[in-house]
Amino acid sequence: MYVAVKGGEAAIANAHSLLADRRRGDRSVPALRLDQIVEQLALGVDRVMSEGSLYDRELAALAIVQARGDMIEAIFLVRAYRTTLPRFGYSKPIDTANMLVERRVSATYKDLPGGQLLGPTFDYTHRLLDPELAAGADVAEPLLRETEAQAMPRVSAILAREGLIEPDGDMPQDHVPGDITREPLEFPMARDIRLQALSRGDEGFLLALGYSTQRGYARNHPFVGEIRIGEVELELDVPELPFAVPLGTVRVTECQMVNQFKGSAKAPPQFTRGYGLVFGQSERKAMAMALCDRALRAKELGEDVVAAAQDEEFVISHSDNVQATGFVEHLKLPHYVDFQAELDLVRRMRAEHDARENPPKGDEKREAAE
Amino acid sequence: MTDIATYNFAYLDEQTKRMIRRAILKGIAIPDYQVPFASREMPMPYGWGTGGVQVTASIIGPDDVLKVIDQGADDTTNAVSIRAFFKKVANVAVTTDTASATIIQTRHRIPEHPLKTGQVLVYQVPIPEPLRFLEPRETETRKMHALEEYGLMHVKLYEDIAKHGRIATTYAYPVKVEGRYVMDPSPTPKFDNPKMHRSPALQLFGAGREKRIYAVPPFTEVVSLDFEDHPFEVQTFDQPCALCAAENVYLDEVILDDHGGHMFVCSDTDHCEKRRNAPTSPLWGGRAEGAGGGLDQSTPHSTPTPALRADPPHKEEGKEKQ
Repeated sequence: MYVAVKGGEAAIANAHSLLADRRRGDRSVPALRLDQIVEQLALGVDRVMSEGSLYDRELAALAIVQARGDMIEAIFLVRAYRTTLPRFGYSKPIDTANMLVERRVSATYKDLPGGQLLGPTFDYTHRLLDPELAAGADVAEPLLRETEAQAMPRVSAILAREGLIEPDGDMPQDHVPGDITREPLEFPMARDIRLQALSRGDEGFLLALGYSTQRGYARNHPFVGEIRIGEVELELDVPELPFAVPLGTVRVTECQMVNQFKGSAKAPPQFTRGYGLVFGQSERKAMAMALCDRALRAKELGEDVVAAAQDEEFVISHSDNVQATGFVEHLKLPHYVDFQAELDLVRRMRAEHDARENPPKGDEKREAAE
Repeated sequence: MTDIATYNFAYLDEQTKRMIRRAILKGIAIPDYQVPFASREMPMPYGWGTGGVQVTASIIGPDDVLKVIDQGADDTTNAVSIRAFFKKVANVAVTTDTASATIIQTRHRIPEHPLKTGQVLVYQVPIPEPLRFLEPRETETRKMHALEEYGLMHVKLYEDIAKHGRIATTYAYPVKVEGRYVMDPSPTPKFDNPKMHRSPALQLFGAGREKRIYAVPPFTEVVSLDFEDHPFEVQTFDQPCALCAAENVYLDEVILDDHGGHMFVCSDTDHCEKRRNAPTSPLWGGRAEGAGGGLDQSTPHSTPTPALRADPPHKEEGKEKQ
């Protein structure tokens, strides 16, 4: 019989079993446990929770193993699970001013109330591969400060007292926060929707766009007002109860970018804000998000839209890596009926082209003249 | 370990299905209006048919009989995978037989066997917006649809003629639905466009990544765009299927060796198998009459033996006009 695709079902089953085998790898090497991933690959877990939009370390770890460490595949697994979960309600906005802070740095003030707190950062490590780690050396207990007594106000609040920075964005009184997982995106979009999309957007994509703003494509003169990482409490309003019910805490990274602004027809000279907020510990993502958020506010602030990072439809339509990877990779699905149609057209156009280029005998003179 | 919840009938939760059904109803009420809907992540990647799968999951019931094709074939890997998905999450009967299916989910083809009233054809759509390649901005294209401003599309087709002497669009060929909206029939070869016209079946289009649903209700006008002096034409093949000798069906080119040997076989595997099992059946005398508005039946030729050939497979077009 001919060579085509009979037996798709068996082929798929076989491919899956081979995948399972490769995922497990050498059976003499112990299998990874989820708690090992949660504990020791925590930043990878955080990224999967953040871009998967589901705060569950164990599921994120499972997704990472199941995806053989392919982060976008893991994010995809988490998304496809989360989308089936029932929606009980929307929590109250988290209050990051009351965060139980583990790291907090400001690039705009040498010292400030609450102090600079480096926390568990790579920032000042020397990137020298550490053979001791491979050998499984014991790790000493870290020094921890006593529980924070001093309040840690946000830098944006400090600037706001002098009116030097624009107020935190206001939404109209009757504004119901959007939900990008329950409503289709529409352009132009309100900032709440945009921030949701950025928060689950691909880290690499936002990083590159944020970087492009620094290199002059919609430069927005940023300073890191503050980055803080820590636990915040989640509360939910329950109709039967007169008070909000605490649900537990989540770990988040928040970045308040302070951007210079000379003023425009619409706004006085003052600092403006770019905002980034993601699950877990991911400064790179939160900072890139804040740069993009600020760039995307160009229209609102009366700036010229000249670069990709300022173009809402361009940025938001292409920031979701699950969508992007799906559409790029679908090109490996069969397209032969359409290709057949194109083959036919190209063949006929080539035939016509040949006929024009090599006309039947008798036209030799004309050809020589050319 | 976290307990993974079991999934609802046909995977999607009932609220989501209701939301999608509302979008479908709106789509049916305004033929080919692209209804935005809150597309969900599905357990297969975007680009693999998540829009079609969501539409099917929202309309399928326990008594439905599902057929899934990709490139016209029931046995391509993605069709197998989607069929297996619904078998698993909805436990419905599945078939490869076009006539006995109640829902047919498809990628890139419309079955050769005419569809009938009560059947639903669900298309997987990558880019629902026919104007997208002329205007990348959704904000602009929605305006153009609202104002019925399709001049750009005609200019594009005209430029094709000016440059190539013909309309050089072979698939995803734009159609006008019920005299109002211009539609992308999803990337089906234009060969299939006439089958959409006045089809007795309900045609639903789902684009998951782009979050759009649109519909062509039964017996709706679907007219391919063209010009008076350059009327719409479909592909014709000047040899029949090498396996079942069907004529006026869409054929796939199968490469047989590395010396240019190839043959042409039916893209619609169900159609082809049926013909091979019952080659004398009058039903299969040629291309099945299109689901309304199809092409004129051409006179059946005698059945030539399958031949290897390296020359272009097609006759001149233009003989079969609507």
